[in-house]
Amino acid sequence: MAAEREPPPLGDGDHTDFRELDDAEDLFASTVSTLESSPSSPEPASLPAEDISTKPNGPKAAQILLDDDQEDLFAEATEEVSLDSPERDAILSSDSTPAITPVTPTTLVTPRMEPKSLSASDLFDISKDEIEEELNGDTFDISVSVSDPEKVGDGMNAYLAYRVTTKTSLAMFNSSEFSVKRRFSDFLGLHGKLASKYMHIGYIVPPAPEKSIVGMTKVKVSKEDPSSAEFVEKRRAALERYLQRTVKHPTLLQDPDLRQFLESSELPRAVSTQALSGAGILRMVNKAADAVNKMTIKMNESDAWFEEKQQQFENLDQQLRKLHASVEALVCHRKELSANTSAFAKSAAMLGNSEDHTALSRALSQLAEVEEKIDQLHQEQAYADFYLFSELLGDYIRLITAVKGVFDQRMKCWQKWQDAQATLLKKREAEAKLQYGGKPDKLQQAKEEIREWESKVQQGEREFEQISKTIRKEVGRFEKDRVKDFKAVIIKYLESLVHTQQQLIKYWEAFLPEAKAIA
Amino acid sequence: MEDNQEIVADNSKPRTVSVDLQADPSLQVEISDAVSERDKVKFTVHTKTNLTHFKRSEFSVVRQHEEFIWLHDAYTENEDYAGIIIPSTPPKPDFEASREKLQKLGEGDGSMTREEFAKMKQELEAEYLAIFKKTVAMHEVFLQRLAAHPVLRKDHNFYVFLEYDQDLSVRGKNRKEILGGFLKNIVKSADEVLITGLSGTKEVDEFFEHERTFLVEYHNRVKDACMKVDKMTRSHKNVAEDYIPIASALNALGTQETSHLNKNLLKLGELLEKLRKLEGRVASDEDLKLSDLLRYYTRDSQAAKDLLYRRLRSLADYENANKALDKARMKNKDVKLMETQQQICCQKFEKLSDSAKQELINFRARRVAAFRKNMIELTELELKHAKASMLLLRNGLIALKGDQ
Repeated sequence: MAAEREPPPLGDGDHTDFRELDDAEDLFASTVSTLESSPSSPEPASLPAEDISTKPNGPKAAQILLDDDQEDLFAEATEEVSLDSPERDAILSSDSTPAITPVTPTTLVTPRMEPKSLSASDLFDISKDEIEEELNGDTFDISVSVSDPEKVGDGMNAYLAYRVTTKTSLAMFNSSEFSVKRRFSDFLGLHGKLASKYMHIGYIVPPAPEKSIVGMTKVKVSKEDPSSAEFVEKRRAALERYLQRTVKHPTLLQDPDLRQFLESSELPRAVSTQALSGAGILRMVNKAADAVNKMTIKMNESDAWFEEKQQQFENLDQQLRKLHASVEALVCHRKELSANTSAFAKSAAMLGNSEDHTALSRALSQLAEVEEKIDQLHQEQAYADFYLFSELLGDYIRLITAVKGVFDQRMKCWQKWQDAQATLLKKREAEAKLQYGGKPDKLQQAKEEIREWESKVQQGEREFEQISKTIRKEVGRFEKDRVKDFKAVIIKYLESLVHTQQQLIKYWEAFLPEAKAIA
Repeated sequence: MEDNQEIVADNSKPRTVSVDLQADPSLQVEISDAVSERDKVKFTVHTKTNLTHFKRSEFSVVRQHEEFIWLHDAYTENEDYAGIIIPSTPPKPDFEASREKLQKLGEGDGSMTREEFAKMKQELEAEYLAIFKKTVAMHEVFLQRLAAHPVLRKDHNFYVFLEYDQDLSVRGKNRKEILGGFLKNIVKSADEVLITGLSGTKEVDEFFEHERTFLVEYHNRVKDACMKVDKMTRSHKNVAEDYIPIASALNALGTQETSHLNKNLLKLGELLEKLRKLEGRVASDEDLKLSDLLRYYTRDSQAAKDLLYRRLRSLADYENANKALDKARMKNKDVKLMETQQQICCQKFEKLSDSAKQELINFRARRVAAFRKNMIELTELELKHAKASMLLLRNGLIALKGDQ
């Protein structure tokens, strides 16, 4: 994964690549236009550095997505990234890498077109074929990796810090390769922010990996032991997949919180992610309240598409859970097989030692060696079973929960609209009554209220239409990704099985003459 | 002298551990049929012979496991055979585990589809059948070794076992067997002491000294290896069985899938279904070629150790007779008697030692041949299955990639 890259020096201390950003306002205020559009040529050519100011139509589609939402988006965005604050320097500086040339802000960094060194899971290979019509030829030339888990601190206050490395040629980032240190709660914090901003308007926000109190406690407390090493690797891989999915999302990619997460060397500690914190408990209460509400909302579905899709996802969810459970059983048994094979190998070696017929003794020792190698194979296969197959299924089960959540948001949105309509009706009735009652000042107020609620009804309708539109698009994108992911994993998994058989043939073929040589 | 030829192409029964014992046409024994009832197995023992001792040249009787035990004990209790490695009893037919599994399956786990259920049932039935075949093979090999041994084949009890078409009424012996078993174990631990050299008995013969140290260690290690390989094959079976629900879930997903991902899902399900059959065969071949081999030699090495015990007991008797003779000479009383005793003991011991030496040499040759044969066959089978699996998976991959 990222192991082969030399880690760029972390730290804010070094500002040699600090860029003056007079136009910083432009840079951040119009996140819309920072998505660089590249000519759709497949060869790694150097993209011309483009001037953002002369790119009015670049990401047309991105504008469509964010148009109506600009208010919401930036209302919160400006809170997070205070452009005139002293933290600006910290936020804007990034790690120095030799390829970055100091440039003026309008001419962005010459993108480095290195061969796409994506992480081991080429699952997230963002190829040119991924271009969706709406995005008009925009490519997502960005890859992130999570590596080098490091234990920081001692005892129960210890935590793991992961290195998050981003490689990109997108103009909106300050450099083309940079890395930061993040801890698990930072990831959760990022997800929390993204979810709160985007889910209620219909975007499927990839869920973050799950907390594990048991797992982390083991890591905090124990030294280097295989089960905690396994846990750490599992978490690292999950965090990586989580980030890769998040940056693949065209809308989320433009979010300043995401950028801050990837780029800034210091991140305010996300304390509200602790399970037993006040915020955590509040979250649980809200989830419960939501569940109750869902049951009471009876929506008149005018669009059969939504009903169909919901059913589809429900079925998919069930099937995936079943498959996931079966694959987990396979992983478990294969690990057992590996352990038992190893035990047998040792026993066979002992037997070979005590055998007094020389040729047979040698053959038995060779058999022991073969079995040792086969044990290795089983371990590798179990690894593939888990990281390729099982984790993919787990990820999609969680993703579908997010999809279901988005459908629920649409229902809430509909309800809000209906409620506004009901209120409007009441206000109108009240006004009518007042008309005959003859209280002119109250009448004026009533008329004002009616106007207010009329606009609220309009807004409600607009929002409902918007969220429905967004969801349709999101589901389309999600399905495409799902098909692609599964296809890729199926092929990879089969390849892992083929590899195992190939190796088995090799080992047994080498052993056969040894067995025949027993005289 | 036993023949240690390579096996001739006789595939009617799985010969797992011994090389061909049917080379001698004068007495050929086989188990031609077996029936499994409630909690017992009835073996049909079929004999073909040209020996004049028997009334007919071809005949069959039905025997149960206890009658095999009776025959074995008849040999071990006979002093004439003290210098021979008596073939160990075949293990008692045990379908308990398999039966339990089938029962659990039958009681129903509502989470399985009909298809899955049918497949699991098939698997378990195949397992049951395999266990059955194995127990038949073990009982058969026991008889065949007796028939092939120049001395043991002439035993009167053996003729009775083969020919007497009535029930041998040995089942009542069970309680006596159990008590006898206790006694045997006590005697055995005393013998262990003897054989591990903790007693004062001096071993003068280098050959036997070597055999003693060798066999004690070998027996323990082969026993351990057998246990470990059993665990390994069981794990292997579990892995194969795990593919069943996975394939089934993939099929369900594939049928429901509306996008063209459905082809891939169905294909993977199909491949895993075929793969599990191959994995299952690998597991059962390992069981046959390794597991059974090691189990057999655990018991056979124990039988060889028993021979050494008997020899050492005989040596102890001889030494005691010597001491008694010396005493008699000193007191000048019963000298002639003691002299005769001593001579008898000496003769016994020497005869036993000679026989034992030959038997142990044969044991070694037999063991080496059996290991060689089984390791070669195991390797060839592993290769066969791996190649078939690889072909299956490769073709599947090509088909999938082609569709992309």
